[in-house]
Amino acid sequence: MLITCPYCGPRDVIEFTYQGDANRTRPDPASTDQAAWNVYTYDRVNTLGDHAEYWQHSGGCRSHLKLVRSTLTHAISSTAFVRDHGEKKSASRRKPGAAT
Amino acid sequence: MVEQVSPLGPAWKSGRHNVTGTAPGVTLAETRPGSIVQVAAWPGEEKAVIDAVRAVTGLKLPDGAGGGIATEHKAAFGFAPGKFMVVTQVEGIEAELLKAIPNNVGTVTGLSHGRTALRVSGPKAEWVLGKLYAIDFALPAFPLHAGRSTMHHDVFTQIQRTGADQFDLYVFRSFARSFWTTLCHAAEEVGYEVR
Ligand SMILES: [Zn+2]
Repeated sequence: MLITCPYCGPRDVIEFTYQGDANRTRPDPASTDQAAWNVYTYDRVNTLGDHAEYWQHSGGCRSHLKLVRSTLTHAISSTAFVRDHGEKKSASRRKPGAAT
Repeated sequence: MVEQVSPLGPAWKSGRHNVTGTAPGVTLAETRPGSIVQVAAWPGEEKAVIDAVRAVTGLKLPDGAGGGIATEHKAAFGFAPGKFMVVTQVEGIEAELLKAIPNNVGTVTGLSHGRTALRVSGPKAEWVLGKLYAIDFALPAFPLHAGRSTMHHDVFTQIQRTGADQFDLYVFRSFARSFWTTLCHAAEEVGYEVR
């Protein structure tokens, strides 16, 4: 499985660390709503197909990434820096030849 | 200047090893820079940091992912978004960078005692490194002076191509002797010279 880091380009999955399901919304840290925290902590959609996930390029540039991976094929259909709030960044800082 | 103590210790064995022909496939060396400094820009301040690196070192660091520049005695390259390695043979460059990069622009971290710089050069340099790292070392994929962050097993490494067949590797000092030994084993096949 290859993940195309927006900075480093395509790299082997061994360089990355999975950081969890990106489909959840974290409750306000001050919230005492037990049900909301329960949903955030335990409930998963268990997607068949495209699944939004957080990964870190821990063995590379160490950027935190948000990407979409198919749970059926492992195909990665989009990758973006979390620091950009998941939006695609302008091409200026991307590595030449890096896949979009 | 105080003599630097090498973390490679007895694993550093000068001379030719397993060289069957007239020339070794690779030459391995420890370059012992006086300063190894990591510079990081806050988002949006990348250009100011690049300008500061130029003002202090004279190195024209190109913008763009993994861009770099190297001369005989100093080098700089990007290894992560907004983060750059600056390496010089001169000691104390960290203090000058601290003066040029205020806190609201970025951060300066001295790594001179935390990293060991190793140089792999020669006609088989790409081949030997290709056995260790899962990245493409061919010139079109890894251009001259460009930088890369990657790892061999759990040994995190920053790599800069400083010549057509020359690469400078920065590894954690505490892993350096073990990594050097691995590097020597990988180079046995092609014959190597330690300098
Ligand atoms: Zn990366």
